[in-house]
Formats: sequence, C-alpha cells, structure tokens
Amino acid sequence: MSVGLTRALRWTRANLFNTPLNGTLTVVIAFLLLRFLSPMIDWAVLRASLSARDDRACAAVGGACWAFIRDWFRFLIFGRYPYAQQWRPAIVLVIFVALLLASFSRRLPARRLAPAWLGGLGAVALLMRGGVLGMPYVETGLWNGLPLTLILAAGGLGASFPLALLLALGRRSSLPALRVICTCYIEAARGIPFIAWLFLMLVLLPLFLPPGLVIAKLWRAEIAFALFIAAYLAEVVRGGLQAIPRGQYEAADALGLGYAQKTLRVILPQALALTIPAQVNTFIGAFKDTALISIIGLFDVLQDTNTALNDPAWRMAYVEGYLFTGVIYFAFCYSMSLYSRGLERHLGQGRR
Amino acid sequence: MAHDRSRRRRDLGRPAPWNDARLRSLGLQAAVFILLLALAAYLAGNAAANLSRQGIATGFDFLGREASFAIATTLIRYSPADSYARALLVGLLNTLLVSALGIALATLLGLAVGLARLSRNWLLSRLALVYVELLRNTPLLLQIFLWWDLLRLAAPPPRTAWRPLPGVFVSVRGVYFPVPVYQPLYLWMGVALAGGVAAATGLRVWVRRARAGRPPLPAWIGFALVPLPPLAVFLAGGAPHLLDVPHVTRFDFSGGQSITPEFAALLAALVAYTAAFIGEIVRGGILAVSRGQSEAAAALGLTRGQALRLVVLPQAIRVIVPPLTSEYLNLAKNSSLAIAVGFPELFAVTDTIANQTGQSIETMTLVASAYLAISLTISLLMNLYNRSAALVER
Amino acid sequence: MGSGVQDRPMIELRHVYKWFGAQAVLSDVSLAVARGGRVVVCGPSGAGKSTMIRCINRLEDHQQGEIFVDGMELTADVKQIEAIRREVGMVFQQFNLFPHLTVLENLTLAPIRVRRMSRREAEDLAMLHLERVRIPEQAGKYPAQLSGGQQQRVAIARALCMKPQVMLFDEPTSALDPEMIKEVLDVMLELAQSGMTMICVTHEMGFAREMADMLVFMDRGEVIETAPPDLFFTAPRNERTRLFLGQILRR
Repeated sequence: MSVGLTRALRWTRANLFNTPLNGTLTVVIAFLLLRFLSPMIDWAVLRASLSARDDRACAAVGGACWAFIRDWFRFLIFGRYPYAQQWRPAIVLVIFVALLLASFSRRLPARRLAPAWLGGLGAVALLMRGGVLGMPYVETGLWNGLPLTLILAAGGLGASFPLALLLALGRRSSLPALRVICTCYIEAARGIPFIAWLFLMLVLLPLFLPPGLVIAKLWRAEIAFALFIAAYLAEVVRGGLQAIPRGQYEAADALGLGYAQKTLRVILPQALALTIPAQVNTFIGAFKDTALISIIGLFDVLQDTNTALNDPAWRMAYVEGYLFTGVIYFAFCYSMSLYSRGLERHLGQGRR
Repeated sequence: MAHDRSRRRRDLGRPAPWNDARLRSLGLQAAVFILLLALAAYLAGNAAANLSRQGIATGFDFLGREASFAIATTLIRYSPADSYARALLVGLLNTLLVSALGIALATLLGLAVGLARLSRNWLLSRLALVYVELLRNTPLLLQIFLWWDLLRLAAPPPRTAWRPLPGVFVSVRGVYFPVPVYQPLYLWMGVALAGGVAAATGLRVWVRRARAGRPPLPAWIGFALVPLPPLAVFLAGGAPHLLDVPHVTRFDFSGGQSITPEFAALLAALVAYTAAFIGEIVRGGILAVSRGQSEAAAALGLTRGQALRLVVLPQAIRVIVPPLTSEYLNLAKNSSLAIAVGFPELFAVTDTIANQTGQSIETMTLVASAYLAISLTISLLMNLYNRSAALVER
Repeated sequence: MGSGVQDRPMIELRHVYKWFGAQAVLSDVSLAVARGGRVVVCGPSGAGKSTMIRCINRLEDHQQGEIFVDGMELTADVKQIEAIRREVGMVFQQFNLFPHLTVLENLTLAPIRVRRMSRREAEDLAMLHLERVRIPEQAGKYPAQLSGGQQQRVAIARALCMKPQVMLFDEPTSALDPEMIKEVLDVMLELAQSGMTMICVTHEMGFAREMADMLVFMDRGEVIETAPPDLFFTAPRNERTRLFLGQILRR
C-alpha cells in the first residue's frame, strides 16, 4: 500500500509539480475546476428533475431537466415515424450498429464489407418503407431522427465512394481533358459551403429533371450529399495514389497488365489501404455534416431536438436537449476517430 | 531545338487507328467531352422547359430592383429602399467580417489549445484534450444552436446584464462594448503608424544586408519602432480621447457599439469549433519536428524557450500552414451556417432574395461563385505566405 | 522452327534516339541480340543503360529509330505493346514486388489476369519457379517479411511465370547488401545456362565475364564498344572503355 502511495506521490510530482510554474498552474486549474465542476454536478445530478411536468418545475428545483428527455425520448430518436411502428426504425438502429462494429473489428474481410453494407442498407430501406410482409407503408417524409441521420450518412458515403474513385483516377489521368474536368469538379465542390451546395442541388435537381419526374426530398438530399462528399473523398484517395511509388506502376506494366487490371489489382488496393485513417476522418466530417439537412426541413436527429424544444412546456430545457443529441453524435464520431487512430498506429508499425 | 526534333521524329509504323495509343487517348477524351456536352444540353433543355412552364424569367435584372427588406447588421449604409445588389454586398461584407474575426480569434485560441495539449502539466494537457474531443466530435450546427439559445434565453435582460469587463454588457440584446470616438488626430496617428512599420521593415532589410554575419540586433528594437511614432503623435496632440461607453436605459442600452446575439453566437461557435482543429494542427506540427532537433538545440545550450522559438517553431510552421489554410477555408465556408440563426451574412441574404424573387438559379450561382472566390483568395494568400516561409530557409 | 526464325535477332535496336528536353539520353543506339544471347550492358551512371532496356518493353518510348522484339516492331500500337510485354520479363533494381500481395499472389497475378491461366495452373507454375529460385517455403509470406536477396529472387520468379522469351535485368543487385548479391547472381547464372535470352545492366564484372556472350559499353547515351567478354576485358579498343574498366576493376 505504501508502495502505491509513493508511486502516486512520485507521479504527482513529475506530472503536476515539476516546475514552480507548473505547480502554480496545477493549483489554479484545480481551483477553477472545483469552482465549476461542483455546481455542474449539482445541476446535472443532485438537483436534476426526472419527473417534472415542465421546465418551470425544473427551474424551481434549480437542476437539470432530464424529465424533458424522458418525456420526448421516442420523438428525439424516431421523430414522427408512426408510433406503433417504431420497432422498425429500432431494428434499423441495431443493423447500423452491428454493421459498424463488424467493420471496425477487422474480422470481416474487406471484400465482404461492401456486400454486407449493401445488404444492410437494402434491409434498412425495406424496414423503413414497409408495404410488404404486413408492414404498413411509411412515406420518406416520416423517416426521421437518428435512423435518418444514419441512412443519409451511410447511403451518401456508399454512393460517393465509386464516384470518388473515378474522380481521383481522373485527376491523376494522363488524359488532359479528363484531368481538367475532374479537377474543376473537385475544386468547385470543395470551394462551396455544404449548405449552399445543398440548397443549389435541391433547387436545381427538380429543374434539371424531365418535367413530371419528382424525387422525394430525402433522396434529393442524399444525392446532393453523395456528390459533395465524393469531392473530399477523391482528394483523400488521390493522396493515396500519389504515395504509391512509380516502380509499382512500372512492374505492373512490365508484366503486361492493362490499365484496368493494373489499377484494380495493384494500385487501388494499396492506395485505399494506405488512406483508411484519412477516409474515416472524412466519414466523421460527413456524419457531422448530415446535421445541416435540418436547415432544409428534413427531420434528422438535430431537427427532432429543435422541434421538441418548441414545446412551450420545455422551452428552457435546451441545454439538456442539445446535450442529449450531442452525446449521440459524440458516441458515433468519437468511436470512429478512436478506430482511425488505432489503425494509424497499426499502419505506422506494420508497413516498414 | 524542339522544332528540330519534331522534324526528326518519324512515324513509327501505322497501327490500326483503334490500337494507336495517341488516337485512343484523343478518342477517349473526345468521347468524355461529347458525353458531358450531351448531358449539359439535356439538363439545360429540361431546365428551359421547366422554367417556361413555371413562368420564371431568367436573368440578373432583379439585382437592380428594390430589396425592401431590412438587415440588422450592416457595415455600410443600407436601407430597405436600396437594391438587391447592395443587399448582397452587405451580406458579403458581413461574411468577410465574421470570417476575418473568426480566423483571427480561432488562431489565437487554437494556438493556446495546441500548446496546452503539449504542456508537461498533466491537468492542463488533459483539459485541452477533453476540449478538443468534445468540440471536434459534435456538429458545428448543434453548437451554434446551443450558443444562440444560451445568448438569447439564458442571458439576463439589459438591466441586470453581465459585465465581464468594465463597460462591456452581455444581455439578451447582444453584446455592448465601448468604442473610441473619432478624433481628427487619429488620421495623423495612422500616418505615423504606417511610417513606423516602414521604418521597422527598412531596418530589417538593412540589418540583413549590412550586418550580415554579425550578431543580430535585439528583436525589440524593430518591434518598438512600430507603436512609438503614433504614441508620440498622440501625446504631442494633447492626448485627446473620448470613449463612447454604452449605458443602460430603461429597457435597452444607448451608446457604444453592439453586436447582435446571432452574430455573437455564430462567432463564438465558429471560433470554439475551429480552435479545436487548429489546436490539433499546431500540436501535430510541433511534434512533427523531430525530437533530434530539440535535442540538438539543447546540446547547443539553448533554453527550452529559445529552442521552441528559434529551432522548433520555424520548422513547425511549414508543416502547420497547409492544414491551417484548409481550416481557414472551412471557417469561411462554415460561416454560411448563420442562416440557421438568422445572422444576415451572404448566404442568409441570398436565401431571402431567392425567396422574394424566385430567382433561385441566379442567386445560388452568385453565392456559389462568391464563396469560390473567397476560398481561392484565402488559398492564394496562404500559398504566397507558404512560399515566402520556404524561401527564408535558403 | 524454320531457320528463318532462328536467324532473326530476338531483339534489335536500329539507330534509336531519345531526348529529355534538349538533352539526348540515347543517341544512335543500335544493338542486336540473338535468340539465346546473353548481353551485359555496362558504363558509368547516366550513360543511358537503364533507359535503353526500358525502351525495349516500352516503359519509356523512343523518339526516333526502330526497335524490334521477336520480329514485332514497337510502335504506338497498344496491342503490339501488350504482346511484346507478355514476351519480355523485367527485373528492377528496387524489386517492385506488390506489397499487398503474398509471394504466391505476386507470382500468379499476371499469369491469371494476362495469360488467362486457371488458378491451379498458375499456382503450380509459381511453385515450380519458386523452387527454381530456391525459396518455395516463402510462398505464403508478404514481401516485407523477406530479405532483399529473397525479394529479388521472387521478382525473378515473378517475371519467369509469364514464360517470357527475353529477360531484362536493370541493375538487379545494386540495391542489395553485399552478402545477398551472390544468391541472386547464382539464380541468374542458372537462368543463363538454361538458354534464356537476357540483357542485363550491371556493374558486377566477374559475373559479366562468367555469364555474358557479349558485352556492351555505353557512355553519354551512345554505344561505345560491343565485344565478346575475353576481348572486352583483355583488349578494349576504345579509350573510354579502358578508362572505365580501369576504374571499376581496381575496386
């Protein structure tokens, strides 16, 4: 026990009080932390209301209004999806989490991942839409909340991937016309804010389609999203392509492999493996960007929160509401970034 | 010579045209080009049909018409009687204002966060880590909503406004702060400042040319040259100063300068969010300078501070600038999220105009080009800086 | 096989020129290698040796002159280039194995995808050649797990799996540690004894004397001297050749 104590003391001295300046800093920070943490705990736990009827009741106790989350929980997650049918989006969430875990565990070999995600997304669409197997039909306007956020992110990323590969290869092509076209597209998409791009696409898509053909807003947003992400992903892939030594191209040429074989069997597998961490970071950005569709009136998990907060009974529970939603986003993004960092370390050790 | 060679080059056999590498590449490019043209023509045809069916006239004539909507924050004189074009200009200036302020503040905060992450103080580095992870892993839009609600719902009414500094008031009406009243002498102080900057630059050039090889002059001499002349002018002119301090009236404030809750929320969210990313870039850049460099500096007898300032930072800056550029670009682009809280920057103004006139294609094209121009300008400036940083090395 | 095919050179370069900008990297290079011929190309660095053999399988294009491989002329004809690359194997200084594939996959990729062999057939062939270069036990490993000498032997086996008529070697031992050079040269000697047509750029003069039936000395993009090994080493005609040999043999 005393060994543990000396070790703790030694650690404290080495990490908190190693210089006079650091010692002072430690004391100041600790003081400030206590100043802020104790009222925060007071607010979030000790004085929190779990069963109040509105925000006034919470304010009377002076703590967090978790009763708001309890009251609106199903709406915050599933939005306006028919209440009795909400087991369907619940299964959708399970499917997504299972797919994510399977992808991150590295157990599933890479060539099975794409079919698994395609199959998973198919099942998701079927479950959400219904109209078969005795499940009532539900229109896309009611696909709300967290399932919508995940559908947008996964579908958009999946659709953007092939386009990103083509754009990256095009930008590195020896054909000047292809190079110019791909470069212009990539730079234009990356130079425009996503929200402007989203508006532009939502306005322009129906205009450019043949009269009479109407696409649901959800799918229009999905297309806009995929076209946007593709430009960023293309730059990531291009970085990978640039990192492949020239000898690899030459060896493939010398063996008589044609452009397609060379690209598919030799160059792309290496470029993609090399850039997985950067790809995951792009995915995280894209996942966060899905929140912007709340501005164009789609009910993702953020818009659900905004809507619930419009309830006059809970108007002042906004910190609790945004904290709850923030935790959901954080859980997804942080786990992805942990995975990407772990992989980066793994790649750094493995390759050379 | 090149001309000479092309004459010497002879045709190497005559393969079938579909097997000729050069013809193949030409054909492929032509095919892609024609395909794109066909697609564009098809889309344009559809658009024309749709537009005529909806009875929308295309063109930019609407820009000259009266805007007839008010804008809360304007850097230039504007009234609803002005044209749409002027409203757009007001929006553009607001975008530039938010971007410039945001970039400056986020850089400072980001630098602090990055250095805190590297601190040998465990508590401080952990605190910075928590900050970075929390802000990086949640959507900016959510953070904007939270800031906005905090500023308009939690902030007190004017009478009981928070006073973080003397003369500064934070209330549901926004943030009020004092500004100096303009004096004619300020113009001369500006001239003196310009003279000081010129003198400092001249001194640097002279030092590099004439004193090459000898120990450099202390840096403070150069820095002192900048603020001293305007200060001297100020004192010589009798030090006239008058602060326009805001004061509380019955329901509101008068005097001083104010920013709206929307502006404050947007700026705070942009700065806090971007600083998290900049912090990681700064940290990564400093770590990228190999430990050998710091050890070599230490072996030469430099202190830790000198090593950081003279050896590590100059090298780190070259690693930092490219990703920093893209963060600046992101901040400028993210300022368009102002539309969610109603701060009238370029995109929000454009959206209002599009709704009023129905000229969505034109307005959205305008706004897209404006952002492209801003993005390209920032990249250009940072590339110039980057090049100068690289040249100093040699 | 008719005598006409036998007489025709396997590789022939006629007055080949190539420029980088204003600088000529190959000027008036002519060379004929008979079927089964074993040529070693030597010369100071920057002499255009690598460029010359890289022109033979069109990794670089020549701008003037003619190059024939097994009677086929190298032109901008894509089909022709593909056909020639199938017949010409190449071994690089930096091995250039595919790091994401196992040794066996490195060997079977091109036979399956280009020669359209079945996987079974390609793997049998691969094992045959791995035994020939004496590392069949490494088939399941990745290139990064092998030593430099082993990697270069895999690279030779990879080229052989395409059943080439000609093998090109571009300084195959220059990137190797001294103790590994011999194992690679031994494999190349065996290959030479089996009757393979070979062109080899190398500085290993002992190896050249043993293996080659013709030596080519290049300098500044020109072929200075071509001679059988006994003449080349004992009685070089050109002053520059003598100078070069003096420098390189003294080491």
